[in-house]
Amino acid sequence: MAERSGVTGPSVVSKYVLRVVVLAYLLFLLVLPVVLIGWKTFQHGLGPFFDALTTHEALHAFQVTFIVALWAVALNTVFGVGTAILLVRHRFPGKRILNAVIDLPLAVSPVVVGLALILVYGRFSSFGGWLEDHGIKIIFSTPGMVLATVFVALPLVVRAVVPVLEEMGDEQEQAAQTLGAGRWQTFRRITVPGIRSALAYGIVLCLARALGEYGAVAVVSGRLVGQTQTLTLYVEERFQNFEQPAAFAAATALALIAIVSLLVIKLLQRKAD
Amino acid sequence: MAIEARHINKAFGATSVLQDVSVEVPSGSLTALLGPSGGGKSTLLRVIAGLEQPDSGTVLIAGADVTRLAPQRRNVGFVFQHYAAFKHMTVFDNIAFGLQIRKRPKNEIHKRVHELLELVHLDQFAKRYPAQLSGGQRQRMALARALAVEPEVLLLDEPFGALDAQVRKELRAWLRRLHDDVHVTTVFVTHDQEEAIEVADTIVVLAGGRVEQSGSPHEVYDNPANEFVMRFLGPVTELDGRLVRPHDIELTAEPEPGSAEATVERVVRLGFEVRVEMRLGDQDAWAQVTRGLAERLRLAPGETVHVRPGPDARTLAVV
Ligand SMILES: Nc1ncnc2c1ncn2[C@@H]1O[C@H](COP(=O)(O)OP(=O)(O)OP(=O)(O)O)[C@@H](O)[C@H]1O
Ligand SMILES: [Mg+2]
Repeated sequence: MAERSGVTGPSVVSKYVLRVVVLAYLLFLLVLPVVLIGWKTFQHGLGPFFDALTTHEALHAFQVTFIVALWAVALNTVFGVGTAILLVRHRFPGKRILNAVIDLPLAVSPVVVGLALILVYGRFSSFGGWLEDHGIKIIFSTPGMVLATVFVALPLVVRAVVPVLEEMGDEQEQAAQTLGAGRWQTFRRITVPGIRSALAYGIVLCLARALGEYGAVAVVSGRLVGQTQTLTLYVEERFQNFEQPAAFAAATALALIAIVSLLVIKLLQRKAD
Repeated sequence: MAIEARHINKAFGATSVLQDVSVEVPSGSLTALLGPSGGGKSTLLRVIAGLEQPDSGTVLIAGADVTRLAPQRRNVGFVFQHYAAFKHMTVFDNIAFGLQIRKRPKNEIHKRVHELLELVHLDQFAKRYPAQLSGGQRQRMALARALAVEPEVLLLDEPFGALDAQVRKELRAWLRRLHDDVHVTTVFVTHDQEEAIEVADTIVVLAGGRVEQSGSPHEVYDNPANEFVMRFLGPVTELDGRLVRPHDIELTAEPEPGSAEATVERVVRLGFEVRVEMRLGDQDAWAQVTRGLAERLRLAPGETVHVRPGPDARTLAVV
């Protein structure tokens, strides 16, 4: 017994030091700010919180956020599954390049993404101008915000699905084919059920990212209050205008949505294991 | 002919995998594609099923040219070495899959699936998932799934390759009986010559992307077309510059016409049979004899015996 404690003594100490450091780190970085926002939000009870969230501007910001997020998730799901299948099941020249490009949005600052989109679709670019002449407005309106959000959340579904597709292999799909199933039937009845959990995981990640996006959307939306203002932009705007209760209420709402998404992700992960 | 593959060529990149391969599979037969690993057996089977496109050549199934036809239109049953079970479906749904795709009425599907479950002895496992089955059970499920759609031909890629020796032997005999019952034209891939000889009524020997020989097990074993086939189909030993099967070697105490003198080096008892390792001049050879003969000749290391190919022995000159 004495021997054992002699051996484990130093490692016990280092274990506790490590714990304290990690906990303090998380406390100052994560817990304290979130708790403070929560406290600020609810310090006068639930009433002011709901009042702040049900103003016309707040409700509109919710609406814009959800419209943009749903479009972005839908597009990224379709595109993500398609790309994942392309990357795993097909051989083609330029595959490695595509594989690398998919991860680009993780490396590029969202502000840069926003600016780049303005360069392409803005009124003063030739393509954007042409679209505008035909009555299609991208920048400073919903399509541009959807594009920006799609861009920043691009890799999430692909990267969730690729490893599962690889692990699954193509024999089940081939077996379905020999049994008479066409491409679509094989996809729907064999491939989709095979990647279901991973796909759900990717979609939730994508949704969380889309709801929380600020930088790219800030640039392409033009921040038009009551028009292109998402929830994150709303928080920022209210805060700048010293309307702290509204800012904190919306921030708390965003945080709650994020926490729910995280819980869903954890649940899905457990189910997948 | 149920299947005719004519002049099939197939390369993956720069490596040629099938070279001018022609194979005929008679209706109702049980044919083995036998050959060493990497010989192109799986590729040929996949070409027949449409899972792989040949670079040139023609595939006919039941007389119809299917070379350009998608796999789902060829009406073949394919069983993969690693089962390819649909993991998210129960055994019942796995077997019903092809029938559901063909939009058969529910009660017909139900009836047919239960017939098949009975045929492959999985009746009590209908509601289980593949992960809850043993390897042999999964393979029988895969077989039932392929049979469900009443395919023109049944293609099995090393159906028992992933199973242990005992289960393999059982399934082999069972496959033979199943084929006698169901009579669907069947091609199965194996690299186990014993399995091919025991189960098949026709053997096609495929090596290095070429057909080395095809014929009944009896023909390819007794009249091998070349040294490779002779070596691949059973044990051989070299006697006086010719390949002989060890059980075709005649051992005598006294010299006989055409016999050579040999020194016994080792005597190994393998149950009823005895393996005699000998030295002939500067060469090693071995013979397989009965225990009775070994005792009569008092075979022991250091003794001298006289050996020659038996009267009915098939021999092949070593080139
Ligand atoms: N998709 C592929 N891409 C590239 N090469 C391949 C592919 N499939 C097979 N090959 C090559 O073709 C050759 C024949 O393969 P095949 O699978 O037909 O052999 P096999 O006779 O079935 O062998 P085994 O008994 O090991 O299964 C091998 O050299 C293999 O590496
Ligand atoms: Mg193979």
